[in-house]
Amino acid sequence: MAAVQDSAIAVGRGAKARPAAQGRFAALWTNHGAGYMFLLPWLVGFFGLTLGPAVASLYLSFTSFDLIRSPEWVGTANYVRIATADPKFAASLKVTFLYVALSVPFKLAFALFVAILLDRGVKGLTAYRAIFYLPSLLGGSVAIAVLWRQLFAGDGLINSLLAQFGIEGPSWISHPDYSIWTLVVLSVWQFGSPMIIFLAGLRQIPTDMYEAASLDGASKFRQFYKITLPLLTPVIFFNAVVQTIEAFKAFTPAFIISGGTGGPINSTLFYTLYLYQEAFGNFRMGYASALAWILVLIIGLFTAFSFLTSRYWVHYDD
Amino acid sequence: MTDATMSSITAPPPSTVNRRSPLGSVLIHAALIAASFAMLYPLLWMVSASVRPEDEIFSSTTLWPSSVDFASYVRGWFGLDVSFGRFTWNSVVIAVLTVVGNVIACSLAAYAFARLRFAGRNFWFAMMLGTMMIPYHVTLIPQYVLFLDLGWVNTILPLVVPKFLASDAFFIFLMVQFFRGIPRELDEAAMMDGCGPWRIYWKIMLPLSLPVLATAAIFSFIWTWDDFFGPLIYLNDMNTYTIQLGLRTFVDSSSTSDWGGLFAMSTLSLVPVFFFFLFFQRLLIEGIATTGMKR
Repeated sequence: MAAVQDSAIAVGRGAKARPAAQGRFAALWTNHGAGYMFLLPWLVGFFGLTLGPAVASLYLSFTSFDLIRSPEWVGTANYVRIATADPKFAASLKVTFLYVALSVPFKLAFALFVAILLDRGVKGLTAYRAIFYLPSLLGGSVAIAVLWRQLFAGDGLINSLLAQFGIEGPSWISHPDYSIWTLVVLSVWQFGSPMIIFLAGLRQIPTDMYEAASLDGASKFRQFYKITLPLLTPVIFFNAVVQTIEAFKAFTPAFIISGGTGGPINSTLFYTLYLYQEAFGNFRMGYASALAWILVLIIGLFTAFSFLTSRYWVHYDD
Repeated sequence: MTDATMSSITAPPPSTVNRRSPLGSVLIHAALIAASFAMLYPLLWMVSASVRPEDEIFSSTTLWPSSVDFASYVRGWFGLDVSFGRFTWNSVVIAVLTVVGNVIACSLAAYAFARLRFAGRNFWFAMMLGTMMIPYHVTLIPQYVLFLDLGWVNTILPLVVPKFLASDAFFIFLMVQFFRGIPRELDEAAMMDGCGPWRIYWKIMLPLSLPVLATAAIFSFIWTWDDFFGPLIYLNDMNTYTIQLGLRTFVDSSSTSDWGGLFAMSTLSLVPVFFFFLFFQRLLIEGIATTGMKR
């Protein structure tokens, strides 16, 4: 993200080359006008669809609002109830944290492992990379969630395969202990895009570092541990933050696999699914707004925490 | 992620490192091929199940159907009260309008950020980056209330109009990065010749930015095509359903009775994305490698 900050500073030179005849004042005026003309659609969207609604949602989170009657101020009642008297909130938070804690490390470990394997001058790299990327590209669709629902059903494909080895599997999606794992597997299956980012990161590591290490007699394992891993930490950090935020926001697979319920026994009740149920199932818009702000708070805290701890393990060139 | 990443991702791998024995490379290929097969197996199985005779779907774990039969496609197409032709058309309309909106509105904003000087530009740029970080859940409910008041629920407007207001800040960011790489001398020469910002945008920036515009267009299309949450909230009348909503209705109404039809329609829904994968893979992979996209 450092590049982003640079760009904001670096873009400011264009206006200097205006025709001299128009004079300095005219040049600046024209550019102010043009700048805001080009920015106009975004500005309308920013105020009308982002800033305005965000402020409104903060207000609604302190009200009781059912879309029919106008919002009624209830103070902090929504937040108090969430914190003290809402077992479904607690359940959904637990499921979501579990999902994040299981899916992100497995997905990243897999992505890194395959990227390292592919980076070692394997023939047919582009073909393998494409195959491994395909699930990432398709994975967000309802079709894949539908397929997953069949794969892990009691009479699904996974159990048919297990039966050939004489194992009788349970109905994975309708067992509260296993249902979350079907979603974790679905997430890990889509390791393609972090893998591509890892591959790009591995290419940035200068090969002469490995050559020097080889000459000094460092083993492959030691080279990995002392060169590859430290130099890759910025990319690992980036992938971890992005994937974690995405995992917090996951919705579609849990919705499709549980038929919108988050069941069995709330075992797939993702936070976003609970928020959806409250807002668009029970029409508790005020309560759902409070849930939304708590999600923002959680994601914000997580991100801040990641950046604060990153200085202890992320290696930047100095 | 820098420009160097973009060129290096497609360059051949460094050949000096890790030269290994023939046996080692056979083992690596064996592992990679096995992994590829395991990854693709569920997908291939679904495609094969969609052309199998109905009674064979659950009994077979193989990928090769005993006979090919497109009856499932016909049954699935007309499996709900409204046909999948209608759902597909709705999806296409929304996706195409989204692509147009994103490409126009985001490139306008990106041009302002990358090339024009005006008061408050850095401030707005920071705001734009800020909107990329905020989860959409905080704006969801007031937006819904707004569109409900406007009478837009059950139309495609809530899904499409925001794109013409550059609501996908991610694409602005992507384009700013690209525009910065276009030599500024071109703008300056055009200015000397009396071109204003509009003509520079239209005659110089856009034609030179086709790769990034294509990347943005393709990702817009795929993400919109796959989008489930937006249509779920705004489209309640079955005539307005997208293909994703159609599939969801199908799986809920007939979860045990017509898997053949369901798999046929699921397979069909993946075709456009697969098409982009086949023909624009390089753009997609470079897009991910340079910007760190999530999917």
